[in-house]
Amino acid sequence: MLHKNSKELSKNIRLNAVRMVNRGGSSHIGSVLSIADILAVLYADIMKYNAKKPKWDGRDRFILSKGHAGAGVYAVLAECGFFEKAKLLDHFQNGSVFSGHVSDKSIPGVELSTGALGHGLPVGSGMALAAKLDNKQHHIFVLMSDGELNEGSNWEAFLFSAHHQLSNLTAIIDRNRIQSIRSTELTVKLEPLVEKFISFGWNVHEIDGHDHQSLKENLKVRDRYMPTVIIANTIKGKGVSFMENEVEWHYRIPLDEFFKQAIRELEIAEI
Amino acid sequence: MLEALYDLASSNHDVMLLTADLGYGVFEKFEEMYSDQFLNVGVAEQNMMGVASGLALEGKIIFTYSIGNFPTLRCLEQIRNDACYHDLNINIIASGGGYSYGGLGMSHHATEDLSFMRALPGITIVAPSTEWEAKNAVTCLAEQQNVGYLRIDKSKVISNKNYNTFKLGKSITLRKGDDITIIAAGGIAEEAVKASDELIGDNIKCRVLSMHTVKPIDEEAIISACKETKGIVSIEENNIVGGLGSAIAEVCMDYGVIPKYFHRFGIKDMYTTIVGSQSYLRGESGILSDNIVNFIRKCFL
Repeated sequence: MLHKNSKELSKNIRLNAVRMVNRGGSSHIGSVLSIADILAVLYADIMKYNAKKPKWDGRDRFILSKGHAGAGVYAVLAECGFFEKAKLLDHFQNGSVFSGHVSDKSIPGVELSTGALGHGLPVGSGMALAAKLDNKQHHIFVLMSDGELNEGSNWEAFLFSAHHQLSNLTAIIDRNRIQSIRSTELTVKLEPLVEKFISFGWNVHEIDGHDHQSLKENLKVRDRYMPTVIIANTIKGKGVSFMENEVEWHYRIPLDEFFKQAIRELEIAEI
Repeated sequence: MLEALYDLASSNHDVMLLTADLGYGVFEKFEEMYSDQFLNVGVAEQNMMGVASGLALEGKIIFTYSIGNFPTLRCLEQIRNDACYHDLNINIIASGGGYSYGGLGMSHHATEDLSFMRALPGITIVAPSTEWEAKNAVTCLAEQQNVGYLRIDKSKVISNKNYNTFKLGKSITLRKGDDITIIAAGGIAEEAVKASDELIGDNIKCRVLSMHTVKPIDEEAIISACKETKGIVSIEENNIVGGLGSAIAEVCMDYGVIPKYFHRFGIKDMYTTIVGSQSYLRGESGILSDNIVNFIRKCFL
């Protein structure tokens, strides 16, 4: 743990992910690029874990609730030594365990298989409650999409976690403002989001989800009683010029010239 | 059943009971005695199942509770994805199986649960016919590292008999007989027993099995029934599609043991738009002892 430079890690997550979706012919690359910096800071600077003992009891727990960005989690786990990077080549191949939506089966480091939206926060809340009941010190992080906030089950969990003062729980909202078909605000308006979370009894921080320094500071924030929610303002497709803020890259497979261009841009990106 | 929950909670601090705001007058003592092992999550079944999964992933042994379709159908995806897929020790207790809440209307008729729950891989489904079975099922389910579903209904076979052993997946013989076999799941086994007792007057000796575990089903008992008796009649307070009767038919076909007589009594693939007591609605659905008696008499004319 804490052995990686978060900037270098985020660059590698993006490069791996673009290669994986290209090779596998899978979708959701825009969603992965959106969270690459959050994943990188969590795994480089914030979370306690032991890649050689992935079930070490003292580890912090990470749940990717927006399971469609699973390629990003596989990439960060490989980069951090949970398994060999060569395994990433299996992504989306026939017979592979590296499914498009993140799976814990036979993949060290994945806490929960997700894919249907609105599942991560309730499960994370249960994990946080268990830690409180057992006086354990680890922290639970749940990374969610903003579109996912349409799901009612999340709001059941927002109520529950505040009521039970699950201060060992941090929800991170990947606020890229684009969901499946169009913008979140044109689909089902989420704003004012900060005020919503405050009224639900959460400790709220709104930050730039690509600013590593800000991520490092805010992902460490804990309230004594309240669970914390980080609204991370992000850009869907971040790092590849033609994918940024374009809804089509929620689905489209980067092939041929698009693939080469994406790799070129990511490789020359400063770290 | 409650007694078994108390025993479990007192002997293992990791056992927890979660309710989605139901159980008024039932769980107060449990909450008082085991306050940190009890949780009322509010009227939020999806969250209850998610929280249960999070707790179980951390080693807790969970019982969730609500009535009718709420702890199953309302959160079926959480049961499938979060609980079953992760092989968690979560045991769902639904009170009010079938027409237990007959007067409350369609929303409270739990009449398809045996079918849709049976389709989930890795789940154990128990519909006990007696309090004794229910109590033992609670204990056994807690010992298994998988998801369990316990369907409790208000009716029960009047039986003071305590059998020696209860084993999940092993049916209980409520009546011995070699003429025909009646297989029941849940409290509606009382109709099977009534039918059997009445048919003694016709000199027809029915074997009555309480198939308390609908999944995994007792294949051996079904095969024996086919070989040793002239047929099988199944009865369930559940849709005829996909429940107990279907499971029995699958076993018969899979093993090539075809009973001479075969009939599935259940709700005929419809919603009940009227209300009434449990026994009244059984009558409307044609799943009373009289219906069984009439069918079996015709077989032995």
